Amino acid sequence: MIETHELTKHFKDVHAVEGISLTVAPGELVALLGPNGAGKSTTLRMLTTLIPPTAGTARVAGFDVVAQQRQVRQRIGYIGQGNGAGHSQRGRDELISQGRAYGLKASEARKRAAELVDSLGLAEVADRTVSTLSGGQRRRLDIAMGLIHAPGLLFLDEPSTGLDPQNRANLQEHILALRARRETTIVLTTHYLDEADSMAERVIVIDHGRIIADDTPARLKAKHVGDRITLGFDHEADAARAAAEIARPLERHGTTVRISVAGASRLVPGILEDLRVAGVPVAEVAVTRPTLDDVFLTLTGRSLREGGAAVESAGERELVEV
Amino acid sequence: MPNLVTDTGVVFSRELRPMLRNPFTIVFSMVQPLVFLALFAPLLPKVEGGSALQWFVPGIIVMSCLFGTSMTGSNLLFEIQTGSHERMLVTPLRRPALLIGRALKEIVPVLAQAALIVAICLPFGFQPHLGGALLGLVILSVFCLGLGALSYSLALAAKNQEWLFWTVQQTLLFPLLLLAGMLLPVDNGPGWLHALSRWNPLTYVVDAERALFNGDVWASTTVTGAIAALGVGALGLWVGTRAMKRSD
Repeated sequence: MIETHELTKHFKDVHAVEGISLTVAPGELVALLGPNGAGKSTTLRMLTTLIPPTAGTARVAGFDVVAQQRQVRQRIGYIGQGNGAGHSQRGRDELISQGRAYGLKASEARKRAAELVDSLGLAEVADRTVSTLSGGQRRRLDIAMGLIHAPGLLFLDEPSTGLDPQNRANLQEHILALRARRETTIVLTTHYLDEADSMAERVIVIDHGRIIADDTPARLKAKHVGDRITLGFDHEADAARAAAEIARPLERHGTTVRISVAGASRLVPGILEDLRVAGVPVAEVAVTRPTLDDVFLTLTGRSLREGGAAVESAGERELVEV
Repeated sequence: MPNLVTDTGVVFSRELRPMLRNPFTIVFSMVQPLVFLALFAPLLPKVEGGSALQWFVPGIIVMSCLFGTSMTGSNLLFEIQTGSHERMLVTPLRRPALLIGRALKEIVPVLAQAALIVAICLPFGFQPHLGGALLGLVILSVFCLGLGALSYSLALAAKNQEWLFWTVQQTLLFPLLLLAGMLLPVDNGPGWLHALSRWNPLTYVVDAERALFNGDVWASTTVTGAIAALGVGALGLWVGTRAMKRSD
């Protein structure tokens, strides 16, 4: 569905994207994850024909993004960071003219608009002026506009930025439902870790315009961080004996012992049994699974949360209701 | 199959729709011309053989076009900021259609405003020549198509700097308006002013409208007015489609 080779974009003195090569198969749900300014949106803007690459090539839905722009545009849906619907327009009018823009007949466009209004829960607000809608409603309208021509490939640029957690969850449900129903290929950018984690089957981590990791969330975590078993003891002596007893790489701090290992939850019963047999009393036990932030931290030495902090708080300020 | 004409139609009807949903918006950009009509026209000296309105009203119709149409880029500017322009750039709509459809739509409020101004002035003794007036409105439509395209070009160039758009628009608006002799004749002014006004395409449009609304159809002003309007129309579409093709 997407095939890029050394895709590169330089703006004057900013090297936004530095040679991205990736392949996305039909039906995949891919999240581009990275801090602000990593090059996610620029990559997306090249793939959607909005800006030409400085170097490299990209084929999207079978067509070249530079030489065959119209063919690409006809086959993709794009939901940008802003609001697609004009603020002085009515939602349903915008849906219909969007359909006409993709070459649907007026009657088809009206029918599609009505279907999408229903399935995205916009029935009550579709005939109101867009500027009077709440942020969550506008975002669902944007999604509806991106789907009017039933594209096989959908791009979403930061779809849930600025939405409150409830609206975010709601939006994610809509996206997943869409995928389940139509097998649409979906590429989205996000700096919300939980979003990438819970939605995408494949996460491409981008930093400084380059791909630094590309795998399923589970494998990324297993490969780069691993699970962690934390054992707590009442006495340091017990912790020391336990550390000697367990034949695995671990670290000990005072009364706690940490073991980093893949598939931790399956190993815990055995470890506890061994320690019981050895007569070391364990006071507490916790299994923590790594987050994608831990992956990013391992890969770059920086936390995504720090980088995204400004935007997170901006999002909180603009909490919106449906 | 969609082509440039159908694409333009899609953009045109999208642009027109908010106005059709709320026709009152047509009156908003008319407020200033109406103020001039109400408070300036009574100051005009009496002319022999008819009302001063015969001279003044065609100028006000052009003014109403100038005010409304030169501001229209601000709508695009707002859509650039909110994201709906970007959304349309990703659709298969041809880039020139995004500009031409918008510019063509400008003709509709201009014609509606002209009709309204004429209707308001009829009871006060304004007597337009029907055939001439219709031809005058055709010329005015071509002019406002070009002016609208230029306003959109300015919006595309200003992009995220709203102040830039308004500074340029306001800086150009009043000199163009005064130099065209829209409010007072420039013929009696000093030579330099007169010379400047000859370089202003709007002057020829205003002169043509005055002659045409008074029934002077077979006059050289009609030709020069039409040429000026076509020139602005062609320039606007050329600059505008170039700017739109480069928009991202």
